[in-house]
Amino acid sequence: MSTETEARQGTDTTAAPRTTHPAPNFWASVWLVATREIISRLRSKAFLISTGILLLIAVGSVVAGGIMSANPSTTSVAVVGSAGAVVGESAGLTTVPADDVADAEALVRDGTVEAAVVPDDSLLGVSVIALDSPPSAVMNALSVSPAVELLEPAEQGGFLVYIVALGFGLVFFMSALTFGSTIAQSVVEEKQTRVVEILMSAIPVRALLAGKVVGNSIMALGQIVAIALLVGIGMAVTGQRVLLADLGPAIGWFAVFFAFGFVMIAALFAATASMVSRQEDVGSTTAPVTYLVMIPYFLVIFFNDNPLVMAIMSYVPFSAPVGMPVRIFLGSAEWWEPILALIILAVTTAGVIVLGSRIYRNSLLRMGGRVTIKQALRG
Amino acid sequence: MLEIRDINKHYGTHQVLTDVSFSVGAGRMTGFVGANGAGKTTSMRIILGVLSPDSGSVLLDGVPLTAGDRRRFGYMPEERGLYPKMKVAEQLVYLARLHGMSTATAKRNAGDLLERLGLGERANDLVEALSLGNQQRAQIAAALVHDPEFLVLDEPFSGLDPIAVEVVLTVLKERAAAGAPVLFSSHQLDLVERLCDDLVIIAAGEIRANGSRERLREQFSTPRFEIHTDADAGWIRGVAGITVVDFDGGEAVFEADSDAASQQVLREALTRGAVHSFGHLRPSLSTIFKEVVR
Repeated sequence: MSTETEARQGTDTTAAPRTTHPAPNFWASVWLVATREIISRLRSKAFLISTGILLLIAVGSVVAGGIMSANPSTTSVAVVGSAGAVVGESAGLTTVPADDVADAEALVRDGTVEAAVVPDDSLLGVSVIALDSPPSAVMNALSVSPAVELLEPAEQGGFLVYIVALGFGLVFFMSALTFGSTIAQSVVEEKQTRVVEILMSAIPVRALLAGKVVGNSIMALGQIVAIALLVGIGMAVTGQRVLLADLGPAIGWFAVFFAFGFVMIAALFAATASMVSRQEDVGSTTAPVTYLVMIPYFLVIFFNDNPLVMAIMSYVPFSAPVGMPVRIFLGSAEWWEPILALIILAVTTAGVIVLGSRIYRNSLLRMGGRVTIKQALRG
Repeated sequence: MLEIRDINKHYGTHQVLTDVSFSVGAGRMTGFVGANGAGKTTSMRIILGVLSPDSGSVLLDGVPLTAGDRRRFGYMPEERGLYPKMKVAEQLVYLARLHGMSTATAKRNAGDLLERLGLGERANDLVEALSLGNQQRAQIAAALVHDPEFLVLDEPFSGLDPIAVEVVLTVLKERAAAGAPVLFSSHQLDLVERLCDDLVIIAAGEIRANGSRERLREQFSTPRFEIHTDADAGWIRGVAGITVVDFDGGEAVFEADSDAASQQVLREALTRGAVHSFGHLRPSLSTIFKEVVR
């Protein structure tokens, strides 16, 4: 950038001898455009507020998870006499000594304890008194279970998998949609206000498109990394280190996949948006891209326990940023699978960028009605 | 010298430009005139590299224009517009930097230019907060902020108030005097006539006439003369080889079959009284324009 600057400064008046000017530095232009995108985003109150809310939700869910795991719910039971010895060995039960059976029943009736354990002559030596339904927590605590051997143990529990899958799906969906529609609006704003022609006369169209994609990708990735860091730190602080160890690699891969996936989605949003000239038309023209972003979100909600669907999702470029991290979390992906999926994603992204910049270039100066795909591709 | 050579461009089945060639000399103000849809905007977009031609080339001193050269162009598109939610000065700095200027120079230029255009106090206002007239001035600043060495301005005067027109005129003359080729289009033929050294007339995508203003006037002039005497000029009708076109008291406009016939009128007029003026009538630009595009 600086060399061009120097070349420029000497050119104030005389036009006579032709000076050879260096070709404009492509990446300097890209960076200028990207910086403008970032600054205008950071100045938008709506953006700051929505980012704040998203980060709060992320922190909140981790803290809530921490509180729940730190205080496993304990059930208090009244014990009478020798029953105390039996109950004392069971985890998750707090004992409240009672003088006799009547006293224990009174404690059950007034709700101080969930159940009472009293000695009797049965085989077990104790029986349980409860108010209106069998107290499952107490029964489980007092039960003796045979040893279970799992031939193919699942690494994570079903509910946790659901939450993690939902988390990846939601973050991808929200970020891609937020920053995707931002880029779409920014493209149409330039077209609608006609400033685009000045921009096109100053820098290559590819630099303009690249700057928009880079700027918004930095913002989107920044948001993702902020969420990932907050979740990671939150888990470490609230003592959920075991979960963090399982989730960490998945989150890391998610960020990498997201970086590529978002660039692809951003290019699609920019290309489709460039086909219209008014903000009112952005929604309809970018709708197909919006669906592409939503599909993985719904698939992961409904099929996170279906290995076949998840395996396919983890390779299809549009859903890989959600599908592969979930499989990594589940431990069902071989070490080479994320790399292969990433290569597929990167190649697709490159193709989409080539196609997208063609549509973008051919549509920018066509004002008025909507440009058809055919026109946009043919030029 | 900026040279446009054999440019062709079509949209679909519609041929917009056909073998368009003309040149813009260094230090020359060149007026680009044509009806709506004649191809002015398309030609200018091709010069700026915003559009690519089907064939033909744009040369600067005989060498095809590069992207680096184009950064030294000041361009005002016909379709005006700036970022509505950006501050005026900030926006100018951004555009200057896109043209390769350093931030410091860009800031200084933007400040100077805004001051000159009477927008100094509005530098930190959002563009959308400016009145339409002031937005037009900001637009002018946007075309000039990077100290361009070549100017290509599409309808630079449309929508401007008289003060802004004067500012733009001054700037254009300055740049031309400094040796910059200046190409501008306008519908205001009187303004073009007053300003430009050279003229390019385009109609239906073809260059119909092009050259210096004087040469064109010469080329399109008819053997038409005007005389202003203090006596009644009715007698001119009787002179051989003369056709009177317009007559009012001592003033008359006539066409002469030959130079001898026109000189005969002058001689006779002098014998009849005082002659205040006598001259060959040159066609106005609008007359030439109508003639050429017909």
